[in-house]
Parts: sequence; structure tokens; C-alpha cells
Amino acid sequence: MNFLRQAWAVAAKDLRSEVRSKETVNASLSFALVILLLFSFAFDPDAEQVRQISGGLLWLVFAFAGTLILNRSFARELVNDCLDALIASPATGAQIFFGKCVANYTLLVAVECVCLPIFAVFYNVKLPQRIALLFLVMLLGTWGITVIGTLFSAMTVNLRLRELMLPTLIYPMLIPALIGAIQLSTVLLGNDPLGTENQIWFRLLVVFDLIFTALALTLVEIVLVG
Amino acid sequence: MPATSAVAIEGVWKFFGDYPALRDISFNVEGGDCLALLGRNGAGKTTLLRILAGLSKAAKGRVAIMGKDARAEDTRQRIGVLGHGIGVYEELSAYENLRLFARLYRIPDPRARSLEWLERTGLDRVADGLVREFSRGMRQRLAVARTFLHNPSLLLLDEPFTSLDDRAIKVLQDLLKAALAEGRTVIMSTHQLREALELATDVALINRGRLAFRGERTQEMLEDPGWLYRHYGEA
Repeated sequence: MNFLRQAWAVAAKDLRSEVRSKETVNASLSFALVILLLFSFAFDPDAEQVRQISGGLLWLVFAFAGTLILNRSFARELVNDCLDALIASPATGAQIFFGKCVANYTLLVAVECVCLPIFAVFYNVKLPQRIALLFLVMLLGTWGITVIGTLFSAMTVNLRLRELMLPTLIYPMLIPALIGAIQLSTVLLGNDPLGTENQIWFRLLVVFDLIFTALALTLVEIVLVG
Repeated sequence: MPATSAVAIEGVWKFFGDYPALRDISFNVEGGDCLALLGRNGAGKTTLLRILAGLSKAAKGRVAIMGKDARAEDTRQRIGVLGHGIGVYEELSAYENLRLFARLYRIPDPRARSLEWLERTGLDRVADGLVREFSRGMRQRLAVARTFLHNPSLLLLDEPFTSLDDRAIKVLQDLLKAALAEGRTVIMSTHQLREALELATDVALINRGRLAFRGERTQEMLEDPGWLYRHYGEA
């Protein structure tokens, strides 16, 4: 309980700061909308093409827009040396990290929830009957992006070129999770049957999230203090 | 290494690349003492304070705070750190900042303690104002409140008087005097020799990463603050 209480204090602080400044959500959301708009003009796809590319397109937008939120996660702590004040407090690295993950996850899911219906309108996609499953895929895939992105945000926080380094580092790490999320989203958006051959992608997403959450919680103290 | 010392430093080295920022530093600070950590720019004062605060690790050597590791949770609960940065959030109000740190320091009634410290630092009238709208002096007083909020047994202050306005200097000096009267331990690095030596019971001088002097603050130092640098530091 103590772990969650400390983590929630960090998450609530980040969310409150973001609600007031709107610095990352505005950037992320407008970037996502611009990509969706540009791609809809660039491809002008028919129904079959949309069925084939919908999952990839959606996760491309989520991954790119998400990086903008994740980039600022630890960078915002540099103002007034707030990161030092956090690390010097009795909150552990894992608690600080988990709190930041919760805040980033909330912001990413919020951006995705806005993007999904707009995607459906631009690409003339009917949201699937199994929208709960699509939402579950979004939650699992986004948690993977969040955990990896937040950990690397901590690792790159003191680098001069952190805005460039973060995407370079996290996208290769995210390939398994993104492949799983894209496969499942394509099937669900196309209203195709979710056969047993696709269930492995669900397992992949769950295992990816569990492994990287455990790894990140273990390693983050070393990342933050050395 | 006596376990009873508030701070025990033994053979500490720290490297930045190949450059040794700290070279075999060893000394103790007893409970209730106020140590002025002196040295020129780049001598290694901030590096040493960061190691004591658990913000950085020594490459070699050992540091014990009240007999325990600096990164132990209960050790950090007993340390108050005021670094170069003020360590408060621009997008939060003064009250929200203190409440956040009160929760992180597991203070039983975060609200009451935050309000108490806002009043003690003269910020109670602007409790709900966002820090980004504060003047420099108000921010510094809020940083002082954050540092003292959890009644730490050990205060680590890095250049605490630098760029403080008169009111903030008075607030900090009064709080430090009260803390010392209560038997708390203070280590402060500073270039403001006169203010620091007035409070200090002990002095340590670091010169290019080495401990050049460690001893009690004498009347001679108080009358001539530059004496220590002339005798043990670089010309």
C-alpha cells in the first residue's frame, strides 16, 4: 500500500502539472491529428486497403505521438532540479518510476481515445463490434510503450540530445509489442474472426508488459542514482 | 568508523571520467555539529554533498549517515537537502508543493504540516498561488520550507545563502539556529564565509578534491574569514 501511495503522489503531481501546462498533451494530440489527416490524403485507400493497413497506421500514430509525452516525463523534473529533490526523498526509484508510468499511461490513453474515433471518420472504418477487445489491445500495447519509454526517458534525461535519443532507443525495443498490437488491431478493425493463431499476440503483449515492467522496476534505481 | 557519528566519511573517491573530483576524503561529523564545508569553485564540495544526500555514489570508500547507508529509505527520511536548484514545481501551488513532499516523506498529517511551514516561512498568504508566479525570494523561502518540512536530523545545504534576499537569509538563519539548538546536524557548503562561520562549530576545507583542513571553528577564523584559505588553500 505504501508503494502505491508514494507512486500515486508522483503520478498525481505529474497529471496536475500537465493539466495546468498542457505542454505535452497539446503537442502529442496535434501531432497525431496531423499524421492521421496527412495519411488520409496521401493514401486515399479503398475499403480493402484500409482493412489491411488500419492496425499499422493506428499504432504508428500512437507510437510517434506517445514519444512526445514520454520525452518530457523526466525532462520536466530538470526545472529547478526537482529530480534531485524527488530522489533525495524516501520514495524509492521504483515508486517514482511507477508513478511516472501511471501519469504517462493516463495521458497516452487519453490521446488514443481522442484519436480512435477521428481515425474511424478519416478512414471510413467502422469501429468493430468487439470494441472492448480493441480497447484491451490498446491498453496492453500502450502499457508496453509507457514502461519502455519512461525507463529510457530516465536514462536519457541528462543527455543534451535526449529528444533525438529517446525515439532511437525505444522503437527497436518496442518492435515485439508493436507487431503484436498491430496484428490484433488489424484483425479487430477488419471485423475478422479472432482465431487461435492470433491469440498468441495477446500472450505476447501480456508477457512483454510483465517482463519489461519487472525489469524496469528493478533497474530504475541504478538508472537514477548510478 | 564510529557508528555514533551523524556522518562518517571514509576514503571517499569520486571520478568524472578520469578526473578525480574527490580524493580519499575521510572525516566524521558528530550529532549537533554545524560543519561549514569550504573550498574554491570546483573543489568538490557539491560532489561530496550529493554523495551524502544519496544523489550520487562514491567510486571508492564508504559513507554512513547515522550508521546507515545514505540510500537507505529511513536514512533519507532523516535528511533535508537544499541544493543549487530550489526543488519545487512551477506548475503547482506553494501548498501543493509542500503537500507533495509531505506525502513523499510520509508525514502523518501532510495538510497541517504544509500549512504550518507556509506560515513559518511567511508564504501562508500565497499558499494557493502557483510557484511560476512567485518572486525569486518567495521561491527560495518555499525551498527552505520543503527542506525543513519533515524535521530532518541532518541538513545538507549547498550554498544556502547564495542569491537569497534579506528576508530569506533571516528566515534561514533563524531556522538553522533553532535546528542547532535542537541538536540537529548541519553540513553546509558556502562561499559566504562570514554568514557560515557565524553558525559553524566546525570547518572543513576542500582543495582540488582533497581534504586540506578539518577542525573546529576558531575565533581567529571568525575575525578573519580569509585566514583559512591563506593557510590551507590555494593562494
